[in-house]
Amino acid sequence: MSASLAAPAPGGFGRITLRLVLIGAVLLLALLPVLNRLPMDSALHVSDFIVSITGKWITYAVLALAIDLAWGYAGILSLGHGAFFALGGYAIGMHLMRLIGPRGVYGHPTLPDFMVFLGYQELPWYWLGFDHFPFAVFMAMAVPGSLALVVGFLAFRSRITGVYLSIITQALTYALMLAFFRNDMGFGGNNGFTDFKELLGMPLNTSSARSTLFYASLILLLGALWLCTIVTRSKLGRVLVAIRDAESRVRFLGYNVTNHKLFVFVLSAMIAGLAGALYVPQVGIINPGEFSPGNSIEAVIWVAVGGRGSLVGALLGAFSVNALKTWLTTVAPDLWLFALGGLFVAVTLFLPRGLIGLFSKAPK
Amino acid sequence: MNASPASGTRPAPDPILYLDGVSVVFDGFKALNGLSLIVDPGELRAIIGPNGAGKTTMMDVITGKTRPTAGVVRFREHDLTRLDEATIANLGIGRKFQKPTMFDALTVFENLELALKAPRGPLACLRWVLDRGARRRIEQVLEEVGLTARMHDRAAILSHGQRQWLEIGMLLMQDPELLLVDEPVAGMTDQETEHTAALLVRIAGQRSVVVVEHDLEFVRALGSKVTVLCEGAMLSEGSIDHVQNDPRVIEVYLGR
Repeated sequence: MSASLAAPAPGGFGRITLRLVLIGAVLLLALLPVLNRLPMDSALHVSDFIVSITGKWITYAVLALAIDLAWGYAGILSLGHGAFFALGGYAIGMHLMRLIGPRGVYGHPTLPDFMVFLGYQELPWYWLGFDHFPFAVFMAMAVPGSLALVVGFLAFRSRITGVYLSIITQALTYALMLAFFRNDMGFGGNNGFTDFKELLGMPLNTSSARSTLFYASLILLLGALWLCTIVTRSKLGRVLVAIRDAESRVRFLGYNVTNHKLFVFVLSAMIAGLAGALYVPQVGIINPGEFSPGNSIEAVIWVAVGGRGSLVGALLGAFSVNALKTWLTTVAPDLWLFALGGLFVAVTLFLPRGLIGLFSKAPK
Repeated sequence: MNASPASGTRPAPDPILYLDGVSVVFDGFKALNGLSLIVDPGELRAIIGPNGAGKTTMMDVITGKTRPTAGVVRFREHDLTRLDEATIANLGIGRKFQKPTMFDALTVFENLELALKAPRGPLACLRWVLDRGARRRIEQVLEEVGLTARMHDRAAILSHGQRQWLEIGMLLMQDPELLLVDEPVAGMTDQETEHTAALLVRIAGQRSVVVVEHDLEFVRALGSKVTVLCEGAMLSEGSIDHVQNDPRVIEVYLGR
């Protein structure tokens, strides 16, 4: 019907080419765990490290999609999306802790080690139900979604926009970090959760668990991409772009802007929560550091580098910045933060449409 | 337009817009000072006045952007002082801004599609499918404002006059009962101005139109009742000839 904002103009890097490249990239990703099974001496063998780090990047890419949906399309620059990601991670982390059962260091049948250590007599009420996997997955969406609903409602109704909203979301993730650091929150304090044993009857730290989680992440990525594409190509997507560019004008057309922004903010938080839920079993740990404000800002930079307002751009940004980070933190770890800052400045100055802008002509 | 005084038996129609004693005070400055205004259904009304007379503030009050400090603002039976912008827009009041404001990243067609009267909620927008009726309605308006050839262009690249027309087109898509049009011909060529006057006269009749304008030639071309505002209150009202000969109007506005 009508072209989305991201659609390259005719004569540029066409939509069909873009789609082919995307399909190729997904197939290539899907191949990694297969190549991992090849014998070590095979030229095509892919190491465990590559598979697990790529799996992690895929969950980052989903987080980038969530941020792009809110920021690139609706203009909601959240500097606290890492909080939704971490909350999703904690929800699945609670499930993984429950599954450890008596295999913990203290051998308590129900209480996780840290609770025994802190002298808990019984499981706090908010830990109930997390022994069921579907419940934990539900909470990985429901908790970030509800938080986004409350924060978004208060902020959007009061017409808090722009930098003020960014500051509020940044404060939100900082406050959560401080809260989760406290031992009496019942979430393992400083140390968070780790020493996970299994998920869905599948021992973690095995090659098959790694590839299962990898494929689950890839499916989540495709699902999130599909959902975000539907939203951005619909009339709702055009209303969001209109809100981003001239919010008060949209009100005078009779749109209740608060509802549209809330819808996209909550959806975005839920996607981020699911990404976090797949991240934690792959990295094997979740602690309050995941809430640190820097994480959220870094995720926003992925989107800025890739190209906000383009879903493929967000994916490109997440993969390329993280690849750069992995490489640079190996060869020159002290330089990483300077490189990240420099990258952000350079992209803002020279590539306002991000890396994706290199491949498609600017719209007329 | 107004009930004919000769018939005598027919009461005047209920006004569509009724402002009485409306005041707006910003930090001690009275932007509106006891303004009263009555607009009948189907009426075309021009509002003129020097800069700072309160014309735009009046529009802000009617559309819910600014809350009046005192006074009554009614649209049909609705008290507008209690409603927000979106609710007021959905009641049937459309507004064209002084500075044309539209969505530059979207095409002309998409701008009109967003303005088209249809369910406004997020889920309704998500499920929205452009059917034949809606497409035809958009094409009609494109025709009416002369933008058919530019329908697939982004609004950002339109000329100033075309932007004014696109905004009028967006107003028409909303199918409002009352149109508030702020300086529609600012920056237009003579020919474009004529075209716009004809368009507004055509629109009035089925709908009420309130036009704020500086250009007196344009107001004359509208041939409507004129209200002169000064310092936040009504100074004079009547035909263009009547107000142009009103000594108070000459003193504060025309004579300078």
